[in-house]
Amino acid sequence: MSVIFEKPKALLDVTTHYCPGCGHGIIHRLVAEVIDELGIEGETVGVCPVGCAVMAYDYFSCDMIEAPHGRAPAVATGVKRANPNLHVFTYQGDGDLAAIGTAETIHSGTRGENIVIVFVNNTTYGMTGGQMAPTTLPGQVTQTTPYGRDVKTAGYPLRVCEIMSQLDGVALAERVAVDSPAHIRQAKAAIKKGFDNEANGRGLSIIEVLSSCPTNWGMTPVKAMEFVREQMIPYYPLGVYKDVTKKETR
Amino acid sequence: MEKYLMKGNEALGEAAIRAGCKCFFGYPITPQTELSAYMAKQMPKRGGVFLQAESELAAVNMTLGAASTGIRAMTSSSSPGISLKTEGVSYMAGCDLPAVIVNVQRGGPGLGSIQPSQADYFQATRAMGHGDAYIIVLAPNSVQEMADFVGLAFDLADKYRIPAMLLADGLLGQMMEPVSFSDEKTDFVNKDDWAANGHKNKREHNIVNSLYLDAPTLESKVQARFEKYKIIEQNERRCEKYMCDDADILVTAYGATARIAKTAVDHARQKGIKVGLFRPITLYPFPRQELADAAKGAKIILDTELSMGQMIEDVKLSTNCTLPVEFYGRTGGVVPAPEEILAKIEQLNGGLN
Repeated sequence: MSVIFEKPKALLDVTTHYCPGCGHGIIHRLVAEVIDELGIEGETVGVCPVGCAVMAYDYFSCDMIEAPHGRAPAVATGVKRANPNLHVFTYQGDGDLAAIGTAETIHSGTRGENIVIVFVNNTTYGMTGGQMAPTTLPGQVTQTTPYGRDVKTAGYPLRVCEIMSQLDGVALAERVAVDSPAHIRQAKAAIKKGFDNEANGRGLSIIEVLSSCPTNWGMTPVKAMEFVREQMIPYYPLGVYKDVTKKETR
Repeated sequence: MEKYLMKGNEALGEAAIRAGCKCFFGYPITPQTELSAYMAKQMPKRGGVFLQAESELAAVNMTLGAASTGIRAMTSSSSPGISLKTEGVSYMAGCDLPAVIVNVQRGGPGLGSIQPSQADYFQATRAMGHGDAYIIVLAPNSVQEMADFVGLAFDLADKYRIPAMLLADGLLGQMMEPVSFSDEKTDFVNKDDWAANGHKNKREHNIVNSLYLDAPTLESKVQARFEKYKIIEQNERRCEKYMCDDADILVTAYGATARIAKTAVDHARQKGIKVGLFRPITLYPFPRQELADAAKGAKIILDTELSMGQMIEDVKLSTNCTLPVEFYGRTGGVVPAPEEILAKIEQLNGGLN
């Protein structure tokens, strides 16, 4: 009998700590499939964030580093500059990347670091129990916006791909989602484009992945995916915001 | 050996390159900026990497990333910037990463001044970030030692897998003196057993990490690290003793202050006062035993610093408070003249007779 479906080799055969219905499992798999298809696991270094994906170092089978909160792009910069032959990616959440790590994100982008940033936007600080993130939607209830995010006091959500697409050093800024099989296929293609840019020295690639957090949103996994589709995607339109390999972008 | 006339900051940079520093991550701040400028000029020509980061936080974390791949990496700053770097240094200590951090101290607290200071002693020896951890701290007192101690810092960092700091000050960084560079090659430690440099499908994946959610596991990691600290405290204490043998008054000072104090000691000796100088070279590990031995015949200790008195705590601990310890210090960027320290020595000597 031939094997037609198996776990990617770039993922270790371990049980993850992620909640049922969480998007991290899908996104880990997509990154790992890309690493497998490119055959680069032995030359890849991944950088973990602080947040729900902090322990991704126990899941990916390539060499891994756990960065301080928000500093993954700086750590990745150090790795890549020290050893340009390595393939380097960061895997970060919205609080890590778009709040405490905003400077590191912007400046690694504007320097055109040849790294891939996989940015998981689920509108919440998941690890600490569901506080307001920079990407929390207006009106969205979290532990620290118990009456819904009031933009008059808590400010507006940050649209990261739109910001990053303005930077000359960025090769790819693309927003994808994992709420449907079609979107998941697009997400994987975007991540693969990112690794291709990295390998060819085109600059920084950021792939923003809209994902679900059923536990902190207080929803079933199915309802959470509907929230991604019906609430998040209208506020964070999917698409290619910048792609230096194409003439026309969004 | 060929001599060069260089600023301390530049000599430090040149010595770092010769010691095999492959990556330097900087950020402008007075009075350490010449180091960044020197590295920016030299690194691209000599096969290294210079990168100006967007912040001290980014610079220290770039250093963390580069050091994670097993190469020699360095970052530098002055006092306020070092405060920002403490986050990354704590993580490096928790990851057992070797790297070199340079602090060319200036006056504080806050934005303080840009003049020489030694007010970061507590920070360097007690609190380079949160958690139970120490880093090796070396205190040069000349341009020559600025150069000599960089290679030593890298060697010790590699040997013990620990961050190491050069704790200098604005005086040492800015002044020019003749300096020569040792061509002694250091033995580079093989780091493949822990470095995140690509497993090439030949080994298990390496993880550079400081997170251990299981409390007993973290406790055992910290305890193992403290066993390492014991070995460091046993083997790596360094100091200089100057006319200590018959001294009634023992002056303690490190770094630039020790230069000034030495002149004061010479002048006091000319006046027939029995005074000596004890200079710690490693601030962590502090040369406790050596100081206790040097102080055995003394009647009183005079600790001198460019601060309101920080190393004085280690001086008292080393001598178990068996001797009175007096203090003379200037702070905020004010540097004392040798005469000020001499006057204090004379005053103490008067009290002894």
